[in-house]
Amino acid sequence: MTQAIAQLAAIAATVLFIFALHWMNDPKTARHAVYAGVVGMAIAVLATWAQPDIVHHGWILAAIAAGFVVGVPLSRVPLTAVPQRTALSHSFGGLAAGLVGAAEFSLWLREGPARFTTFRTSALVVEVILGFLTFTGSLMAAGKLQEVRWIPQRPVTYPGQNFVNLGVLGAALVLGVLLVLHPTAAWAGTVFLVIMGLATLFGVLLIIPIGGADMPTVISILNAYAGLSAVAMGFVLDNRLLVTAGALDGSSGLILSIIMCRAMNRSFANVLFGAFGTVQQTKAIGEQKEWKQESVEGAAQLLEQASLVVVIPGYGMAVAQAQHKVRELYDQLTKRGVSVKFAIHPVAGRMPGHMNVLLAEADIPYTALVEMDEINPEMPQCDVALVIGANDVVNPAARYAKGSPIYGMPIIDADKAKTVLAIKRSKNPGFAGIDNELYVKDNTWMLFGDAKQVIGDLVKQFAGGGLH
Amino acid sequence: MSDFWSMLFVFVLATFIGLGVIRRVSRLLYTPLMSLTNAISAIAVVGSLVVTGADHPRAIRILGAVALFASMTNIVSGFLITDRMLKMFKKK
Repeated sequence: MTQAIAQLAAIAATVLFIFALHWMNDPKTARHAVYAGVVGMAIAVLATWAQPDIVHHGWILAAIAAGFVVGVPLSRVPLTAVPQRTALSHSFGGLAAGLVGAAEFSLWLREGPARFTTFRTSALVVEVILGFLTFTGSLMAAGKLQEVRWIPQRPVTYPGQNFVNLGVLGAALVLGVLLVLHPTAAWAGTVFLVIMGLATLFGVLLIIPIGGADMPTVISILNAYAGLSAVAMGFVLDNRLLVTAGALDGSSGLILSIIMCRAMNRSFANVLFGAFGTVQQTKAIGEQKEWKQESVEGAAQLLEQASLVVVIPGYGMAVAQAQHKVRELYDQLTKRGVSVKFAIHPVAGRMPGHMNVLLAEADIPYTALVEMDEINPEMPQCDVALVIGANDVVNPAARYAKGSPIYGMPIIDADKAKTVLAIKRSKNPGFAGIDNELYVKDNTWMLFGDAKQVIGDLVKQFAGGGLH
Repeated sequence: MSDFWSMLFVFVLATFIGLGVIRRVSRLLYTPLMSLTNAISAIAVVGSLVVTGADHPRAIRILGAVALFASMTNIVSGFLITDRMLKMFKKK
């Protein structure tokens, strides 16, 4: 009877999870998604808890309480910290899968060889490798995003790095095969621990050579791994609900990874093993032209006279926490009849959709947020393109400079606007270490300074009567 | 052993459903999508519950309890932050 209830609960939870993802197709219905997810999860937890072989309720209550104590504050982080929170939760997901795998393995060792079918042992090895590599890999990614002092921000590379990395993973896989063939050998426990250690090490090694600009892709890949480790756990425990929910998460991570890779014109392998943005500094294109600097007053005038302004935000806007000032500027301009749109590049920021969330937080209506593919045909009609802390995603070199690491990456056509205003913190090149010729074009004017400060000054020009 | 094929069958079908549904997700919502799928994949909570709650040796239950804590943290923070972000998306 309880068995039938558990199976029904699994079906109900799966259906609710699918509906949850379905409702994410429109911001209008998206909040239903959360309710469906919560109900599905509650059904799954209660149906499992009600099983007769669960006897240690105190332990369960304590662990759940601890989850709330840590989980609630983690859900209240500032939105600029959402990428590292996301990486941290991938890491927890991997840890849970890895630990359950380890627990199952030692149970099977006690209960005897009948438990070790080839299939289940293989699934267990996959679960443990994926779980522990996701655990440390995501932890490293979170550390890089949080800018923890002892984790280098810049990609760390050394000769033979890919050889070492693949060697570590290869060794774990070979030992895994050995374990599947001889699961009850005297050395099985030791080999299992070594596999765990190698997977843990591989996660760290995998993320060391990856730079900040690649984080949207890496987070998506780790998302897929976290999902797949749940699937493997489902195979190990013979639990279909784990398989379906894990597969949904895995396919989400896969789709996001593909979109991010396409948006950078790179392959998975290139992201993971290419060490983007280290030493590929290209020569300056053509003759070195001078920047032309514009005053805040002049920029305000340009903006006021425009009929269409396209704002192109990048990670620099998030770093400067400038989104609320951007909203004030948006209000001032729309009040004056200027049409303002935001052009969102898929890899702007540190995770998929990062810019949209920051701008939505600042109360900018989502109807003003436009995808790259939709805004580009409009760019020739745009009077002012206002670039805020974005760099590589507006670099025209991506169209033709064959030697450049960003060659072939789709960009927002800021250079096709009648005038470009670019706010930039310093005169240094962007993350990828590439010169950006957009900044020296005839119709480009630079505003140097902290984005929040510069936009605040622009708003003052409009509000303080400098302009009417 | 027969279960292997039915499990694989479930996995393949669920992946295709996932791909179909997620391809239609609004591009505006990729960040909340990721925190939502995080919370959903914390379904690992089901496995952790069994390991923690069944009458196993203490060391194994400790592993289970840590896994349960990690999954529960993902469930709580994942759903809460998804809802917090989705509330911000307003039309006007």
